[in-house]
Amino acid sequence: MIERHKNLYTSIIFGLLCVLAALFLVPIALVFINSFKSRLYVSSAPFALPFGEMGVGLENYINGLTASGFLLSFCRSVFISVAGVLLIIVCTSMTAWYIVRVKGKLTQGLYYLFVFSMIVPFQMVMYTMAFVVNRMHFDNVVGIVFVYLGFGAGLAVFMFTGFIKSVPLEIEEAASIDGCNPLQTFFIVVFPMLKSTAITISILNAMWIWNDYLLPYLVLGTQKKTVPVAIQLAMQGAYGATDYGGFMAMLVLAIIPIIIFYIASQKYIIKGVIAGAVKG
Amino acid sequence: MEKNVIKKYFPIFVLPTLLAFTAFFIVPFLMGIGLSFTKFTVITNAKFVGFDNYIKAFTSDNEFLHALGFTSLFTVVSIITVNVFSFALALLLTRGIKGTNVFRSVFFMPNLIGGIVLGYIWNLLINGVLSKFDVDITFSAKYGFWGLVILTNWQLIGYMMVIYIAGLQNIPGDLIEAASIDGASPMTVLFKIKLPMVMPSITICTFLTLTNSFKMFDQNLALTAGAPERTTEMLALNIYNTFYGRIGWQGVGQAKAVVFFLIVALIAYIQLRLTNKKEVEQ
Repeated sequence: MIERHKNLYTSIIFGLLCVLAALFLVPIALVFINSFKSRLYVSSAPFALPFGEMGVGLENYINGLTASGFLLSFCRSVFISVAGVLLIIVCTSMTAWYIVRVKGKLTQGLYYLFVFSMIVPFQMVMYTMAFVVNRMHFDNVVGIVFVYLGFGAGLAVFMFTGFIKSVPLEIEEAASIDGCNPLQTFFIVVFPMLKSTAITISILNAMWIWNDYLLPYLVLGTQKKTVPVAIQLAMQGAYGATDYGGFMAMLVLAIIPIIIFYIASQKYIIKGVIAGAVKG
Repeated sequence: MEKNVIKKYFPIFVLPTLLAFTAFFIVPFLMGIGLSFTKFTVITNAKFVGFDNYIKAFTSDNEFLHALGFTSLFTVVSIITVNVFSFALALLLTRGIKGTNVFRSVFFMPNLIGGIVLGYIWNLLINGVLSKFDVDITFSAKYGFWGLVILTNWQLIGYMMVIYIAGLQNIPGDLIEAASIDGASPMTVLFKIKLPMVMPSITICTFLTLTNSFKMFDQNLALTAGAPERTTEMLALNIYNTFYGRIGWQGVGQAKAVVFFLIVALIAYIQLRLTNKKEVEQ
């Protein structure tokens, strides 16, 4: 009797979870559906399925991709995200190792500066940062990668430092006795041990840079658009004349890399994003 | 390895990071504080005006205070709704039901989508529903407010849920078993054992929702952009609009940004104190 009662209860919860999961997927499904619909029906009948006269097949994707140079924005976003993550990982892991191994007032102060930067909201520095970047002529696709190093340094140094503190010194000493200089010691011995932290930091930064809107908008302007900037400008730019069909296709193309990335490395992503919870 | 040997490698190990950090964060931060006391249109023509900008930010119009009030109310509502829903979901997903991992993945996914894209997804959905009543999200500030709350819940519930699941799984099983044998009802177990045991998770999730909601910008811009009549403008967006929307008001924008920074820093300080105290007690 009690067993049957429990089974019924479990079934009800399972059903409830199915309904909730379906509700959670509705917004994403809606964008997918509308990306195959004629622009005329996107805002007038957003919940209709793209069949009959409403459907346009892949036309939105072709228009959206070619008309506004979205394909170029996509490539630009991929480049900035990949280069930004690589630069942050290499530079900040070296800095963190130096901070831990060369203990002193200077490195300690530096560490607290990095930690401090994590709590400063972007609005506090955005105007003056854009000015500095402009003056230094870093307002291009390569320059912005270094801007991301500056803004990503806080969290990355903080997380690497936390991990390196637990790395035993003996291994490094052995390497130096064998004739390794610090650079060799770091890349041959230490860096491979940082793998799991490096993956976590890579994921956090990849999500951040790929999704970031305001920083690339201020640094690169409206000519060299990244994906979020292109999306915002497509909507903001032309009142009433917006190609809603093409816009839906853009949204889908912005989400697809994230979903593929998520399915491919889900375990690391959930772990990594939660580890980033320390960021204020 | 000898400390002094490593020290010689400062230019290779530290300098690249330090240069980027100094140029794009430290210098702009210090300039920002200085400029909040000046009037300027381009940074090179700054004139010292004392606390004028700060006074102007609060008294010249109601905008900033309204944004502060709107943001605070939104933050409080988000904290309550996000935490209640995510904790409830975590309870459902720690019962060993089949498919738990799939559910967890689905609930977590919206967290990875960027704010601008999130905003437009919900813009489509909410306007689609509201069009049945011949209005849209810019019709009233109430619609914008609840739109933002729903969006934030969709984005953050999965994330907080994962933290709560970890907290619930850390509760020793024999504790709950012993209580059940003693005749405790499921409700008693929930309120007397599960809730007190996940207090650290509650603190983390409360502050995460707090800072996320308080600093929100992208979602606000994409969903309503402040419409109607700037009534749904949150703090970050108000600062942005003061900087880039009104010529000659850049100094006021910077002063608002400093106030914004001080509030966020205060929240972070309180959080640090609370979590440190908790760790000592345990």
